[in-house]
Amino acid sequence: MPLIGDYEPIVGPDVITELKLLAEKLSGKVIQNVNSTAVGGGVAEILNRMIPLLKEVGVNARWDVIKGGEKFFEVTKKIHNALHNRAVTISKEEYEMFVETNRMNADEMELCGDIIFIHDPQPIGLIEHRKEIGKNWIWRCHVDFSSPDPVVWNFLKPYVERYDIAVFSAPSFARQLNIRQVLIAPSIDPLSDKNKELPEATINELLDRFGIDRERPIITQISRFDYLKDPTGVIDMYKMVKKHNDCQLVLAGGGTTDDPEGENVLAEVREKAGSDPDIFILHLAPASDIEINALQRASSVVLQKSLREGFGLTVSEALWKAKPVVASAVGGIPLQITHKYSGLLSYTLEGTAYWVRQLLNSPEYGKKLGENGREHIQQNFLLTRHLRDYMLMFLSLREYERDIFQF
Amino acid sequence: MNAGARRATHRFHFHTRLILLELTGRRARNLKELLEGIREVPESVIYHHTHHFLQQHLYLSPEPPNDFSYWVREALDEDVLAERLSSIDTCEFNDIESLRTAIAEVIEVHLKNGEDLRKAPPGEEFNFIKAVTFILPTRYQATTLQEFADAIQKVTINSLYFHIFEARLRLGRTGNDFSRWLEDSLGEVEIAQKIARLDPYTHTLEGLRKKIRSYLEGGPKT
Repeated sequence: MPLIGDYEPIVGPDVITELKLLAEKLSGKVIQNVNSTAVGGGVAEILNRMIPLLKEVGVNARWDVIKGGEKFFEVTKKIHNALHNRAVTISKEEYEMFVETNRMNADEMELCGDIIFIHDPQPIGLIEHRKEIGKNWIWRCHVDFSSPDPVVWNFLKPYVERYDIAVFSAPSFARQLNIRQVLIAPSIDPLSDKNKELPEATINELLDRFGIDRERPIITQISRFDYLKDPTGVIDMYKMVKKHNDCQLVLAGGGTTDDPEGENVLAEVREKAGSDPDIFILHLAPASDIEINALQRASSVVLQKSLREGFGLTVSEALWKAKPVVASAVGGIPLQITHKYSGLLSYTLEGTAYWVRQLLNSPEYGKKLGENGREHIQQNFLLTRHLRDYMLMFLSLREYERDIFQF
Repeated sequence: MNAGARRATHRFHFHTRLILLELTGRRARNLKELLEGIREVPESVIYHHTHHFLQQHLYLSPEPPNDFSYWVREALDEDVLAERLSSIDTCEFNDIESLRTAIAEVIEVHLKNGEDLRKAPPGEEFNFIKAVTFILPTRYQATTLQEFADAIQKVTINSLYFHIFEARLRLGRTGNDFSRWLEDSLGEVEIAQKIARLDPYTHTLEGLRKKIRSYLEGGPKT
């Protein structure tokens, strides 16, 4: 695992000095993070990197995971979809099970942080123990909250408003709430297996293993198999491109332990792809970060054709590798891509196909977009900026309504 | 005695500032709602929307001068008003309240002229965001002009930003911190005035660093 000093060559010494300065001010505080999965998905990925770094700079951070059965995660998946404005029906019994599972976890879990930092809706009900535990509570929302289903939002809102702070990833996710709302974008780790530099030989070897031809254009979408990522739409888009340009399509992603829907989506995608030898559907194991890194680096164009996005960090991952990206203008993607400057934003499958063809036909244009994109990610979406924002937020809990803190 | 080594009556301690952004939950879909928001939001919101671009785009100049102007152009297609808003000389204002009034007046005049109320497309509403500022001491200090020039080269752009913009507009200090110290504690009136005359809004922060450095290297008062 990288140490904080390892980031210095990438972000500069001052950024590291500022992090250490902030950490000093938090000395002695225990920050307890709670989420619903230890592996797979963006939240676990960020916590896996962030907790050791916080510890190294002197912040006593810990991480706990709630337990729940298959039924519980089916309900939380429904809640997740409803927050992304997909039509779902959640029965009274399912709501009750959600509440009961949270209660059971609250009873079993040792909630001991000075700041209890809850991630996403699954463990949101732990706040019911606030009275007994006291201390500061923060709820971090990692999903697209721009138009949540009103019924599900009405169920969650009373929980949210018992926290001290709600954290959202994009300005459009803000709600009318009686608590503070902090804006913190997520980040990528430039030193992780998924983002670190790779030798060409490694990339070639992995692409050979998958049977992908590096001599021909490669269009790639990396994401878990989920309806909200529109993988079947991507296949339609590929077919539009293929009419005019020779290319291969790679759809690659893994599953998470809290996503029971993935298998169905994967089956639909396989059926849609049929026997096309230029479509590669790669269902990767959770620890396939080097493979993902290699696929992104080998790509001619990277796609993120999501219908909804919590943030869409795969865009930052691709831009960090200076790749041209075509992505939907949803969730946090417009924060990562300025259209025609650091990537291309699209709204329709036809539009996506048009931009992909432009990039395949004008690689120099794609190169420039990728270079600008990398610089934007360097300034705004690396792990060190994320660490800094979290520490500032923890410090801001000292006094509720202040706009200026002087140390 | 080398004038660059003359000691100041007070030591200059470089500080840095870091920002945490807060969402107010308040949105505007048209000019009327934008104006209401501008009148009612806390100063820290006006400050954010008129200053954050200075730091987020470190290498680009000129930049869109404020978010209000940018939104009016991009989301409402009101090019004339956008230009009027972007030409408000932020440098002229010593506090956020008078800047707020100037921005509000420009929009008010536009609305009184009977312009129609265009509506931003869904998803492109203006989101009012607040900047919470954290001011922290750095390890850099100066008691001589030479030490000051060395430190200017080394401090972060966050630190430059704090002493040039934030100390004046958010802590209510007169002028920028550098000019005040150079004049009051070191007697370097000429350099102090040169720095005070700079329009910091038309430079990138790295450009400002270079300019200040060149004034300091122009030589101390003998």
